[in-house]
Amino acid sequence: MAHKLLGQDFLPHDVVAKVTGEAKYAEDFRAEGMVFARLLSSPYPHARVRSIDASEALAMPGVVGILTPDDVKNPKAPDIPLLTLEPGYVGAPILLIAAEDETTAQDAIDKVRIDYEPLPFHVDPLASMHPDHPDARTDGNVGAAGVEFQKLKWTKEDFDNANGKMPMGKAAQEWTYGDLDATFARCKLVLDETFVHASNSHHSMEPRTAMAYWQNGKCILHVSSQSQSFIHPALAGMIGIPPTDLMLVAEYCGGGFGSKGGAYPLQALPALFSKKINRPVMMRISRAEEYYNGSARLGFQGQVKLGFAEDGKLLAADLYVIQENGACQSFFDFRNAADALSILYQPEAMRWRGLPVYANSPIRSAQRGPGYNQMAHIMEPLLDKAARELKVDRLAIRLKNVGGLNAPFGAQRNTVSSCYLKDALEKGAQQFGWAERVARSGQRNGSKVTAVAVGQAYHPAGFNGFDGLLRILPTGKVHIHTGVGNLGTFSHSSTSRIAAEVLKLNWDDVVIERGDSRRHLPWNIGQFGSNTNFTMARTNYVAAMDALTKLKEIAAKRFGGTPESYDVDGKRVFRRGGGPGMTYGEAAQQAIKLGGKYDGHELPKDINPMTQVSATAISGTGLVGVAKDTLPMKGAPAAFAAAFIEIELDLETGKHVIIDYLGVADCGTVIHPAGLETQIKSGAVQGFGVASSERIVYDPQNGLPASVGFYQAKPPTYGDVAHRFRTSAVDLPDPSSPLGTKGIGEPLLGCAASVLLCALSEAVGGHAFNRTPVVPDMILNHLAGRAPSHGPLQVNCQ
Amino acid sequence: MLRDMMPRFDLYQPDSLDSALDLAERLGADGWLVGGGQDSWDWLKNRTRHTGAVIDLSGIAALKGVREADGGIEIGALTTLTEVENDPLVKERFGLLSTAAGRVASPQIRNAGTLGGNLCQDTRCWYYRGGVDCYRAGGNMCYADTPQGQNREHAIFGASRCVAVTPSDTANALTALDASMVIHSRSGERVVAAADFFVGPAVNIRRMTVIEPGEILTAVRVPGTWAGAGFYFEKIADRAAWDFALLSISAALKLEGDMVRDARLVCGAASCVPHRLTAVEKTLVGASRSDEVIAKAVSAATEGASTLQFNQYKLPLLENLVRRAIKGAGVAS
Repeated sequence: MAHKLLGQDFLPHDVVAKVTGEAKYAEDFRAEGMVFARLLSSPYPHARVRSIDASEALAMPGVVGILTPDDVKNPKAPDIPLLTLEPGYVGAPILLIAAEDETTAQDAIDKVRIDYEPLPFHVDPLASMHPDHPDARTDGNVGAAGVEFQKLKWTKEDFDNANGKMPMGKAAQEWTYGDLDATFARCKLVLDETFVHASNSHHSMEPRTAMAYWQNGKCILHVSSQSQSFIHPALAGMIGIPPTDLMLVAEYCGGGFGSKGGAYPLQALPALFSKKINRPVMMRISRAEEYYNGSARLGFQGQVKLGFAEDGKLLAADLYVIQENGACQSFFDFRNAADALSILYQPEAMRWRGLPVYANSPIRSAQRGPGYNQMAHIMEPLLDKAARELKVDRLAIRLKNVGGLNAPFGAQRNTVSSCYLKDALEKGAQQFGWAERVARSGQRNGSKVTAVAVGQAYHPAGFNGFDGLLRILPTGKVHIHTGVGNLGTFSHSSTSRIAAEVLKLNWDDVVIERGDSRRHLPWNIGQFGSNTNFTMARTNYVAAMDALTKLKEIAAKRFGGTPESYDVDGKRVFRRGGGPGMTYGEAAQQAIKLGGKYDGHELPKDINPMTQVSATAISGTGLVGVAKDTLPMKGAPAAFAAAFIEIELDLETGKHVIIDYLGVADCGTVIHPAGLETQIKSGAVQGFGVASSERIVYDPQNGLPASVGFYQAKPPTYGDVAHRFRTSAVDLPDPSSPLGTKGIGEPLLGCAASVLLCALSEAVGGHAFNRTPVVPDMILNHLAGRAPSHGPLQVNCQ
Repeated sequence: MLRDMMPRFDLYQPDSLDSALDLAERLGADGWLVGGGQDSWDWLKNRTRHTGAVIDLSGIAALKGVREADGGIEIGALTTLTEVENDPLVKERFGLLSTAAGRVASPQIRNAGTLGGNLCQDTRCWYYRGGVDCYRAGGNMCYADTPQGQNREHAIFGASRCVAVTPSDTANALTALDASMVIHSRSGERVVAAADFFVGPAVNIRRMTVIEPGEILTAVRVPGTWAGAGFYFEKIADRAAWDFALLSISAALKLEGDMVRDARLVCGAASCVPHRLTAVEKTLVGASRSDEVIAKAVSAATEGASTLQFNQYKLPLLENLVRRAIKGAGVAS
């Protein structure tokens, strides 16, 4: 099917706004009488606040007020508290002070005297499972979404019986399918390996600053958020008001990478403080605070046993993942990891055991490919190890294991809506020239060795059941209301083009309404989880189809005949065969005259209350298209990506250079080529950092974080990207998406990190480091025949 | 806790060296000297170190620029790293310094950062920067030099209670070039050899250079001695830009054919001061760059080294860099 807009490049309006500086982030807003708030954060990894003496601070000229834990209603533990008297990590917010200027606010913070009782702490989840080792929290040590918050310790025997493997006591959650023992018994090769995946910061360029004030009982709140409508109810709940009393502004977001997908407490604090002191409150978060209080990927320690047939087919897998939660409730990467292994490699039998453990380290949250990507980074070098031992080509072993179009996964053996990973691997291999170039892998040029590798990754790619909303105005303009948020991928616009495509509009005729709940936004998914494309394609599709139906009905009422005898094009609805018609603007006028469902005075019963409110607010202004996504869906939407790389590793320095990189996306039908290219490249850059430089480091003696600045946390720089950087896509439609599109953002990081890890391993003769990232000192120690500086399961270390 | 919030202070912006020296003398230890500010602003914003007054030297034109002097060159301390990197005289005669300056941090930082600031900057030990009460901060322990310390970047030479290293890329290049530092105060001028300018913890654990309160580093003199020698500079860091060295090496060899007539090899990020590899130099001087000589020199590079839990990789890396430096000095890349 030929599309008018899909597959075409366009210039999203926020690109211009960002380049010109017109874009306003939370920090850019001001309000009459605004004061500045600063945080007082814990210097201890775990402590109890015995007393707070802020008298000297509050007596300072210019100081306006204080917000303490007594002023806020914290959620039930172990959810993230807004403010706390038992901080569980260095940087945990304890109180805020507001002043007429920011310097005075910080000076006042420095005058606050707090009496702390230091408590036992740890920064090693595995070690903390020992019965003699302290826990991170006083009320429990294990838990996650879907896992009861509990106290769970292993026995000394669990540790004593490890025999060189990771100690593996009782898991918090597990599943199995197939006959594991019998399947391992018929394997030609069994690998049984420990692994560590480091935690790394999200490095959001815009720290999580927020500003709030109140007018007529309503809270106007400016935040840094990936999502718009999705966080609205939860954020209103944190503030203690109904969602209709919250005016939420989140038009631009300077990066979130998963950490700003949901509502978070720092967004609510200025609102609560503003209510208390009756002044607008700006709470700027500094770069260091972003590292203390921002977020990080969940780290893993684990053991994986893999059984292969002679031809490289993975027959059996036994996976145990210990997840580092941070100090509070976080994400469920440990569960996602199991799905990633099962879907990417399709083992006949598999067991997964998982244990999410709290540690005295900062809040963790989903980071681009939570769990799915860590698993790819762990598994892909091991797949290469198996290929070497079985003397199978490294591309061939992936093609041997790749799933089919409706590949099953997980314990339930659910299937995906589409999987074109095989096509991505084959297309990439052809474009990269795998057959010729792999023969060069291992060639030496002085101290440098060439290494060629292939990698892959998976992530879910969509949800369903949200609402679409648009209106056609008498001017003929079509306003598409989207509450998905703005992560910076332009998908608020690219998915709106689905509606424009259905209504056969020129893009100039479309106005995107977004970024501020006062623009009457529908209930939409947040912008996370690589889901925006698939989910929002469906909501925009159903809203457009509703508008299309109404256009035809209005025309039929005016000119006679059945609605089915009408068609649309050129901003007109007309009877097929040269009959009469009217413009969209005239139809909108008719809709207002007709009222009822046509102009939004009557709404579908199944839409979300948020959409009801928004649609009601715009009723009577034009033809309103509004609907809940109830389209059929077969299988779970899934995104895949393959990557090919050539690097040169200097064996004398441990440093590598990326000569050539090719990323290939399985994203269904390509919706926005320029956006896709940007995603493939930026995901790859982020992946290069995860693979080779980024990690959180803690001193186990005092719980202090070492990585609290860009230069310490080490995301890649302009000098660390690929010299030749190419992108490609399979461009085959997903059957469950109205126009074939689906998400892709997250596996683009995973495939890049995986392929670089594989290449580094290949460059040193196939040694699997079983650790992410692989940094130069690890390579140097290995090549010099020295033992690694870290223990095999040591985490949060250098 | 890093506060990340600039405090109030009095700002002085003298437009002449005389004015700056008056201020430096009057304010003494309370007068914080700022060149490009790339080190200073961090300290002040983080509120881990404090001052009541800042003397901003950036308006003093006389402290900027590169000029010929006594067969060598003199570089104003306020000359930016970008200017040092690209200056024709520096490039032509002392390519080692040009290359080292060009490997500092990032283009933006090199545009703001000055040569004097790069030489006088404080160590980047993350414990010390994080505001702990370590020896260097006036306390009574070193957090890095413990069995569990995270000490990957720390010293393999010259530790004395403190194991922090020099972060400066230009310091070891200038040490290799036998440069000297011109220091002014109200009492006059003193010139200190680079080898004596930087001080280790055994000499003074609270500072990195010999600069006293009231003194200002005004210029760096590079003698003509090493002009046009065979040079080699290499910096190994985790990232290609905006990173401090895990280890760096500066080499200057005077060659007659393949015979080494004189040699300077200095490594950075190995010690609190630029670490001159005198044993390597001795092996080389008077010898040809044969495999045998190079092997002997390489094995001498790590003499006296002592490693911590996470920095043992610096031993093979130093050996490799020394080998590359000897082979690469004077060879067009």
